[in-house]
Amino acid sequence: MEHLIALVTKPDNVPIVAILFLIPYFIWLSYRQARQTDKTGVPSDAALNDKVYVWPYLCRNEFICAIIVMLVLGVWSIMIDAPLEEPSDPTKTPNPSKAPWYFLALQEMLVYFDPWIAGVVLPGLIIAGLIAIPYIDINPKGKGYYTIKERPFALAVFSFGFIILWIVLMVMGTFLRGPGWNFFAPWEAWDPHLVVPLTNVNLSYLFGIRDANTANFFGFVVVAGYFAIGPIFYLWKRNSSRFLQELGLVRYIIVSFLFLTMFALPIKIILRVALKVKYIWVSPWFNI
Amino acid sequence: MNEERKGLKEKITNSDIWRSIFRHGYEQTGRRYTLQVLQNVWLHLHPPRISRHALNFRFTWCMGGITFLMFLVTAVTGVLLMFYYRPTAEYAFHDVQYLEFDIPFGMLLRNMHRWAAHGMVISVMLHMFRVFLTGSYKKPREFNWAVGVILLLVTFFLSFTGYLLPWDQLAFWAVTVGTNMARATPVLGHEGPFAPQDITQSNDVRFALLAGTIVGPSTLLRFYILHCVAVPLLASVLMALHFWRVRKDGGISGPL
Repeated sequence: MEHLIALVTKPDNVPIVAILFLIPYFIWLSYRQARQTDKTGVPSDAALNDKVYVWPYLCRNEFICAIIVMLVLGVWSIMIDAPLEEPSDPTKTPNPSKAPWYFLALQEMLVYFDPWIAGVVLPGLIIAGLIAIPYIDINPKGKGYYTIKERPFALAVFSFGFIILWIVLMVMGTFLRGPGWNFFAPWEAWDPHLVVPLTNVNLSYLFGIRDANTANFFGFVVVAGYFAIGPIFYLWKRNSSRFLQELGLVRYIIVSFLFLTMFALPIKIILRVALKVKYIWVSPWFNI
Repeated sequence: MNEERKGLKEKITNSDIWRSIFRHGYEQTGRRYTLQVLQNVWLHLHPPRISRHALNFRFTWCMGGITFLMFLVTAVTGVLLMFYYRPTAEYAFHDVQYLEFDIPFGMLLRNMHRWAAHGMVISVMLHMFRVFLTGSYKKPREFNWAVGVILLLVTFFLSFTGYLLPWDQLAFWAVTVGTNMARATPVLGHEGPFAPQDITQSNDVRFALLAGTIVGPSTLLRFYILHCVAVPLLASVLMALHFWRVRKDGGISGPL
């Protein structure tokens, strides 16, 4: 318990603790407004054309908001001192050594994927995917108001990515990852001498494949098969789904690739936790 | 009662003393309100009028504005901090100690800078979340969303480069861990897949970031320049573009 209190009250963890309250609050706030919209209908044009003067109405709001925020920041700065540890020493590695809190979701991904995927390819795809959102989301509805009914798919995918794969992994990385990046429950003290048996095996091994070349081929088939879900779904639904026709082939390829890549992370997490799978595809050049 | 108050008010505002201080009354007209915004260099970024729902805290969460405010706070406190800080391995840590223990309000200054930076990371993430939930990235705001994503990255990078500057164990190892992944960049990192033979640890992409094979004095200088000059400049340019596009794309989003 003391360990948990020490973690929660660590100055640099204040933002994470704040996020624990802020994220649920804003989810609740937006959910309530979305339900309201879905019940009473989209705000009318008249409501939109109802204009007010920026001075004094908006400027007043900005002013009040700035004062409140500066007050919070001032109190925060007076109450809690920024951390300063010992002088840097390249020969003394702390355990655990953690990246800044906002990169902990990325560091957590390193458990499940090799650095070139977790540290380079996936972050690159997150950025590319975020930029691509407005160009691949062709649903014209739900612009400028909270709603669930009019864009359930977009909301579900983004919220899953933001809340589960970014925020929750970040919080996990802060509070539940201890020495050796091992998993510790909140009530467990961080034991730097904890011995964890390395029992992870490759997926091909679970299927009884012992030969490296066959394993390589097997991994290729599994990964290619996973990404083939996209084209197969397209060919299957192409004629019956108006949505797919409107989306067009190029957009569909991008959407399905980003979607499958995103869900590769939770799939790998589940495989690791449930079946102790180390790699899905082991090749002479890279491992996935 | 009301009449009485009105009479009293008139009595005061018509008195010689009042009129000697205030030359004329405050004209409460639309023209006055419009000019107030147009003629003020700090306010003219705003349009004269906006739709009523944009005033609603529950709609905007005020997160974009808070992000900008946090940027301003870090800029001001950052400039003040630069007076006391030398970005060399010999001095950096001791300058921070000196700042904390000997400079009046030095600790408060450093706290405000650090917490405002953390606050900016939180508010920029919540801002993005809000913009997504309200579908505000949709036509015609696609490009501004892209600018926003770049600004999100810039915010992370600003915070990350600043993380190294205290030059303590926390800073050193956080940046070591954070930049280690660059080793594994495909093709461009010396431990990445498909790296050519002549990519070594002293000419790969991580070397370019660190100006060395490990985090060292030249990394400190490099991160200092990035943190204090290069990235803030980039952020300012992108913010100007971001705010300008908010107006040009028809103001803050509404059901169009």
